[in-house]
Amino acid sequence: MKTVNILIVGVGGQGTLLTSRIVGNLALSLGYDVKMSEVHGMAQRGGSVVTHVRFGDKIHSPLVEPGCADIILAFERLEALRWLHYAKADGTVIINDQAIDPMPVIMGVSEYPADTAEKIGKVIEDTILIDALDAAEELGNIKVANTVLLGVLAGRLDIDAFLWLKAIEESVPPKTVEVNKKAFMRGYQSFNH
Amino acid sequence: MKKLMLGNEGIARGAYEAGVRVVAAYPGTPSTEITEAVAKYEEVYAEWSPNEKVAMEVAIGASVGGARSMVCMKHVGLNVAADPLFTAAYTGVNGGLVIVVADDPGMHSSQNEQDSRFYARAAHVPMLEPADSQEALDFVKLAFDLSEEYDTPIFIRMSTRISHSQSIVNAGGRNEFSLKDYIKDPNKYVMMPAMARARHILVEKRMNALAEYADNTPINIIEMNDPRIGIISSGAAYQYAKEALPEASFLKLGMVHPLPKNLISSFASKVEKLYVVEELEPVIEEQIKSWEIRITGKELFSRQGELSTSIIKQKIAGVTTIAAAPAEVPGRPPVLCPGCPHRGTYYIMKKLKLSVSGDIGCYTLGALPPLTSLDTCVCMGASIGMALGMEKARGRDFAKKQVAVIGDSTFIHSGITGLIDVVYNKGISTVAILDNSTTGMTGHQEHAATGKTIKGEPAPVLNLIELIKAIGIRNVQTVDPFDLKNVERILREETEKDEPSVIIFKRPCALLSKEKHPPLAVDEAVCRMCGLCLGLGCPAIVKKQNHVEINYALCNGCGLCMSVCRFNAIKRQELTGEAGCSPGQASAISKVNAVSSNQEGGES
Repeated sequence: MKTVNILIVGVGGQGTLLTSRIVGNLALSLGYDVKMSEVHGMAQRGGSVVTHVRFGDKIHSPLVEPGCADIILAFERLEALRWLHYAKADGTVIINDQAIDPMPVIMGVSEYPADTAEKIGKVIEDTILIDALDAAEELGNIKVANTVLLGVLAGRLDIDAFLWLKAIEESVPPKTVEVNKKAFMRGYQSFNH
Repeated sequence: MKKLMLGNEGIARGAYEAGVRVVAAYPGTPSTEITEAVAKYEEVYAEWSPNEKVAMEVAIGASVGGARSMVCMKHVGLNVAADPLFTAAYTGVNGGLVIVVADDPGMHSSQNEQDSRFYARAAHVPMLEPADSQEALDFVKLAFDLSEEYDTPIFIRMSTRISHSQSIVNAGGRNEFSLKDYIKDPNKYVMMPAMARARHILVEKRMNALAEYADNTPINIIEMNDPRIGIISSGAAYQYAKEALPEASFLKLGMVHPLPKNLISSFASKVEKLYVVEELEPVIEEQIKSWEIRITGKELFSRQGELSTSIIKQKIAGVTTIAAAPAEVPGRPPVLCPGCPHRGTYYIMKKLKLSVSGDIGCYTLGALPPLTSLDTCVCMGASIGMALGMEKARGRDFAKKQVAVIGDSTFIHSGITGLIDVVYNKGISTVAILDNSTTGMTGHQEHAATGKTIKGEPAPVLNLIELIKAIGIRNVQTVDPFDLKNVERILREETEKDEPSVIIFKRPCALLSKEKHPPLAVDEAVCRMCGLCLGLGCPAIVKKQNHVEINYALCNGCGLCMSVCRFNAIKRQELTGEAGCSPGQASAISKVNAVSSNQEGGES
């Protein structure tokens, strides 16, 4: 099998780690070799964070190289743009329609880039914009926004939906299993291939 | 059972399986999770020590006492622990002693990128370097055996990408390693000149024996492939190289000190062109070159930062991976969290135009705009000694416009001796202890003043005020860093004094605080856009074109911005349970290239 390269990016504290771990554990249970590289320490304090997830027959490096990501899942718009050069020309970019202003923007030194998704869409044909927070709110729990995003990501991978649902069941608090499953399907069905 | 584990968890599991009894450490990225993971095993005693030197000594003591023991630290922590290290190399061990040190090439969360392999050479201590989590587990087990067989402490060298990468691990059961007998043996454990001279001879003998072992160990492996390119590598660099040049021949080193001279010579003779791929310093390269073996290394690769698959592919094979240039976008430096107690302290320090000698922790982020409060940051505990040095260089008038800033955990780590120096040598420094009741930056570890052990058990609480008084500081007081009026008054009074003072700015870390406040909002009709609140550097306060806005979702409700606003334009919102995220849109999801979207824009 060809190695799958995924980059999950966002702002420290957004929960990118948990999402990547669900993907990694599912790949493991399917018998793939898996490596993931995480960010701990300083960057977690509201900085730009990235998790690399790679799986396939045999994985050496834990890092995805620029130009090699099959999928970039961005929890925040500016971060999608920051990591865009990691995307393969025929890859997928999934963007959560949320903006968190970084300090230079807050201070008025830089401007938050306008039209992020359109800019990205011009470079990467398969660009998806989703307001996961809004979708999660409709489901009655804004905390499941990340699961909606996971659903969109899953829609781009060749893994059966029920396996994903099982993986979610195993990794979220028992009380939130149902709403998380709904959130997943919301993302998954939106752009299922 | 197959599991995904961080390299750090692999170390913890390996130590557990090897029957480790005592583990000591001080938190430090990227090593922290090792000790956190090992502390979860009931059979293992684990502790957060005040600093790495003490941790090393606890581990040495446990080893002399007959237990398998381990000490973990980041690269700069090894500097702190270097004193006991160099002599423990002479005493050797009783129970196996493993020293785990995690380097940080690229400085993801560090103040320098020193290469710990130099310590292995300098202290005459063997060093193993795993390249994934399974090897982390296996190498620790092997390390305990080697430590006992060769009567030596032994290093495991990690790096950020091995420590913080998850890969598949086959975990096994615990081998209960029984406590070895303790026999008083001054010739081995009392290092006075006469005994140490005798031990030094043994150290050299041992290293020779280990060099022989290195030539035959199963963790130094030749992987013969295309003989035109031969690569010697280890750790993360090996993984990048293997990914970049799968057809090449490899000598993968699991043991990086001492090096297997015969194995390297034999590999060199089998390949046409020999390379060494190593991050940071040319430690392997220079040794190989000293044996007059032709090898290429730092001629191609930098000593700075991390290597990568792309770099290696480009430098050795001349193949460039096609990728777009990175977009030019605003940076996103880490920031003090919304509600962070340090913010109030720095705000006033900046207002008073104080010179601030800083230290290592979350509060180092106060150096970044807009607070830009720190003048210096060198190492753990340096703030106090450096403040005294500045005073001795520039005189008392300078010292009266200066403070040393240090966190609670860092003060315990290595600030106390600096404070003793201030008193003893008649300095007048003002020391600000930013006490958030935790070790913040590394992810909230307990310490001697939090009242809990690493295992969450109740512990005696170090009384900082009594300690500081006992050192001889007469002016010591506690203030809430959000009480800006008092913060300003006390800072003015204490810096003015002709004697040393300590001010404890006490408020728990915003991420741990149980206090919940309703978030704040700016009344646009009242706001004059003076920008005072923006000077706080709170990520929840955002400057828009014609107004200032508070991000409801990020705001922690601490109220600091309310107290700096001169026009009462910032008010508390009612807690309605409604999240202030964007208003509902007809469709939350859109395909950019299918649907022309007007949801995008610079402002949210």
